[in-house]
Amino acid sequence: MMSDLTKLTLAGARDALKAKEITSVELTGAYLKAMEAGKALNAYVTVTADKALEMAKASDAKLAKGEGGALEGIPLGIKDLFATKGVLTTACSHILDGFVPPYESTVTSNLWRDGAVMLGKLNNDEFAMGSSNETSFYGPVVNPWRRNGDTTNLVPGGSSGGSSSAVSARLCLAATATDTGGSIRQPAAFTGTVGIKPTYGRCSRWGVVAFASSLDQAGPITRDVRDAAIMLGSMAGYDEKDSTSVNQPVPDYEAALGKGIKGLRVGIPKEYRVDGMNAEIDALWTRGIEWLKAAGAEIVDVSLPNTKYALPTYYIVAPAEASSNLARYDGVRYGLRVEGKDITDMYEKTRAAGFGAEVRRRVLIGTYVLSAGYYDAYYLKAQQVRTLIARDFAEAYRSCDVLLTPTAPSAAFGIGEKTSDPLSMYLNDVFTVTVNLAGLPGISVPAGLSSEGLPLGLQLIGKTFDEETLLRAAFALEQAAEFTAEPKTWWTA
Amino acid sequence: MSVDQNTVRRIAKLARIAVREDELPALAGELNTILDWVEMLGEVDTQGVEPMTSAVAMTMKMREDVVTSGNHQKDVTGNAPSSEDGFYVVPRVVE
Repeated sequence: MMSDLTKLTLAGARDALKAKEITSVELTGAYLKAMEAGKALNAYVTVTADKALEMAKASDAKLAKGEGGALEGIPLGIKDLFATKGVLTTACSHILDGFVPPYESTVTSNLWRDGAVMLGKLNNDEFAMGSSNETSFYGPVVNPWRRNGDTTNLVPGGSSGGSSSAVSARLCLAATATDTGGSIRQPAAFTGTVGIKPTYGRCSRWGVVAFASSLDQAGPITRDVRDAAIMLGSMAGYDEKDSTSVNQPVPDYEAALGKGIKGLRVGIPKEYRVDGMNAEIDALWTRGIEWLKAAGAEIVDVSLPNTKYALPTYYIVAPAEASSNLARYDGVRYGLRVEGKDITDMYEKTRAAGFGAEVRRRVLIGTYVLSAGYYDAYYLKAQQVRTLIARDFAEAYRSCDVLLTPTAPSAAFGIGEKTSDPLSMYLNDVFTVTVNLAGLPGISVPAGLSSEGLPLGLQLIGKTFDEETLLRAAFALEQAAEFTAEPKTWWTA
Repeated sequence: MSVDQNTVRRIAKLARIAVREDELPALAGELNTILDWVEMLGEVDTQGVEPMTSAVAMTMKMREDVVTSGNHQKDVTGNAPSSEDGFYVVPRVVE
């Protein structure tokens, strides 16, 4: 048996399980131990240890007979936004107190179908509204990475901060996550992990707590690009229960890796070189361009002229959809109820007590922009600008196959540093949000360390339903970047 | 367009969120900061541009109009804060 089973990648663990060098019970046990030792990170909100060992045993029985699916015996963490049958699911909101779904989300069903093992539910920003995992009702998640010679606790990004922290600190082999404006890719960049948001419609949204339905997509956060390809292959697929799920075959993403990028046209959008750009991020981007060129890609300058309008568009569209989606939390059907003198009073008190400050802010903004007299000026206008943003990408893709940009405008920041200024928090998504508006796939790959020793990511953006090319390019970028740094395990002390 | 405290009170009512009077000034300030910022979209010429209503071009799928699942009353009401005989219980709404 290996000394530390948590050092294996998902692909490595899969191969070792198939070869019967290790068992899923051993592997799962190693993760449960790491989770216990890693409590200070606050990455998990629910631990399902008994269920995990039961699933691991069942996997071992299959593996012993030479059977089993693509993820047989692989222990995963599940973002608390995914409904898990019989297991508390709260989206890290007080208003979903005690909610135990009688059904399983399609994405997690797919993972269990393929043999994966559930370790527990991962922390996230309340209803996935946030970029630092500080809006969770269960408290902030801590990034395993720290600045050189400094013990300040940093954020793991958000909203999938439990997922990114847990994968980075080896508290799970891989994790599910969701991305509405950057919530998979920005946390991946902040923690030295890989995060892919597939094309809208690639993964079913059924059973995923809804935030902004025209933008939400599920995807994985993993140790490396190969693991992301394996996870996505299992999570993706048509689902008739989601009317926006797209009926297209899921390719073998892992097989797409390693085919090289000779002749691949990589677009560099000049509008992403924003005013006051962090010099380290700019330098990393330039290095990324050089790496891909050296690997045989052709670099093409492209223009996405409406880039600067993406964030304001997002902050109309997303709150509008959220205010509508979150209308269901009424104290009647599930979760929290605060009694009142009549039914309206009960609704109002329940929602006042149940929603945190950021969620309340977005529901109010959304209600306002959809209210009589303002709909055309805000919501309709934003939907029109969204069309222009999507057209920019379509135009750019006439001369290139993928785009390369930074993932986030900075490295991870300190807990509490940006909570008093919502706008400066929103700016975290400046490079990622365009991708959600246009429905495209995007991936963040760790590409270097800041001068303070923190991981930085580069983002690749692909064409609709062309995750294969995207992953192939990401694999080439990963190989060139040779990112092997790991956080020091201070949290076990 | 800037919101005053009366507007915040009105949209909080529409959103069915109780807001205390002493929270109104700060909330109005926060909302105005965000609304002032999104005003930037005003400078974009969207004359004749179709609004984007779907992230990926697709036509709404049709299915047979038949029952696909049912008889889950217990599951459906199982998470209710208050239920009785398979019904949700709410404060009296009809006098």
